[in-house]
Amino acid sequence: MSYKQSVAFLIFSAFLSGLVFGLGLIVAQMTNPAKVLGFLDVAGAWDPSLAFVMMGALITLAVLQFFIKGSCKHNSGKVVQHRSIHSKIDYKLIIGSSIFGIGWGLSGLCPGPALVGVTSGLTGILVFVIAMFAGFIGFNLIHQQDKL
Amino acid sequence: MTYSTLLSSLSGGALIGLAAAILQYFNYQIAGISGVVAGLLKPWQVDSAWRLAFLIGLMISALLWVLMGGNIPIELNNTYGVLALSGLLVGYGTRLGNGCTSGHGICGLARLSPRSLVATACFMLTAGLTVYGVQHVL
Repeated sequence: MSYKQSVAFLIFSAFLSGLVFGLGLIVAQMTNPAKVLGFLDVAGAWDPSLAFVMMGALITLAVLQFFIKGSCKHNSGKVVQHRSIHSKIDYKLIIGSSIFGIGWGLSGLCPGPALVGVTSGLTGILVFVIAMFAGFIGFNLIHQQDKL
Repeated sequence: MTYSTLLSSLSGGALIGLAAAILQYFNYQIAGISGVVAGLLKPWQVDSAWRLAFLIGLMISALLWVLMGGNIPIELNNTYGVLALSGLLVGYGTRLGNGCTSGHGICGLARLSPRSLVATACFMLTAGLTVYGVQHVL
């Protein structure tokens, strides 16, 4: 087992990824729901910030992925597939994403910024995060049968 | 939008892209926050450790930022009832749709996944319509 695959390293790299992810959200001010709502409110005083955050993330990830793919091929002889086990566009994808959008639009909070905001201790954020976990659990209970 | 807002948006976005690349390269995992965190609700397994580490890193980022002298403005004007409904819909919807803003909107789009393109179009549209309804109709 190489160092890269050791459990301790995988825990460290995941921790680092979470930390950098959170700092990115903070730097971009995506942790502020009012800023997110400013983007979603196309008919109001539109704030395009979120589009530039996505652009910065997409360009960076796409460029890094290009090198990651190359290095994976080089080291192990095969390309690592980052494909989801789900591949078709079905009603679950469309209905689920639409429901998520309604929830996102109600508050301007989505999972990442809400979890970063937990340490602020704001009651509103805590209410949202607890309800979000209730939503996760609710999904598991409702869809237990059709999972595998 | 000022020049400094543009710069902070792009550089914050670049950090998010870097974070997703770290998780993909070292952990072979997609940095979709809803999926990573919801996976923690399963009974503890080997897989749970990196998920928890990611979540701790995510939450600690705010403390680190404040320790470095930064501040994190959070303007939230909803009632607790609306926030609870919002959280429930976000939790259930992201599981049914298998991803949120990060998983579909960033990781999925970066690898040109047709599913993620459809998902992102759906949640952007319904979020926009919801905000329109709340701000301009109700």
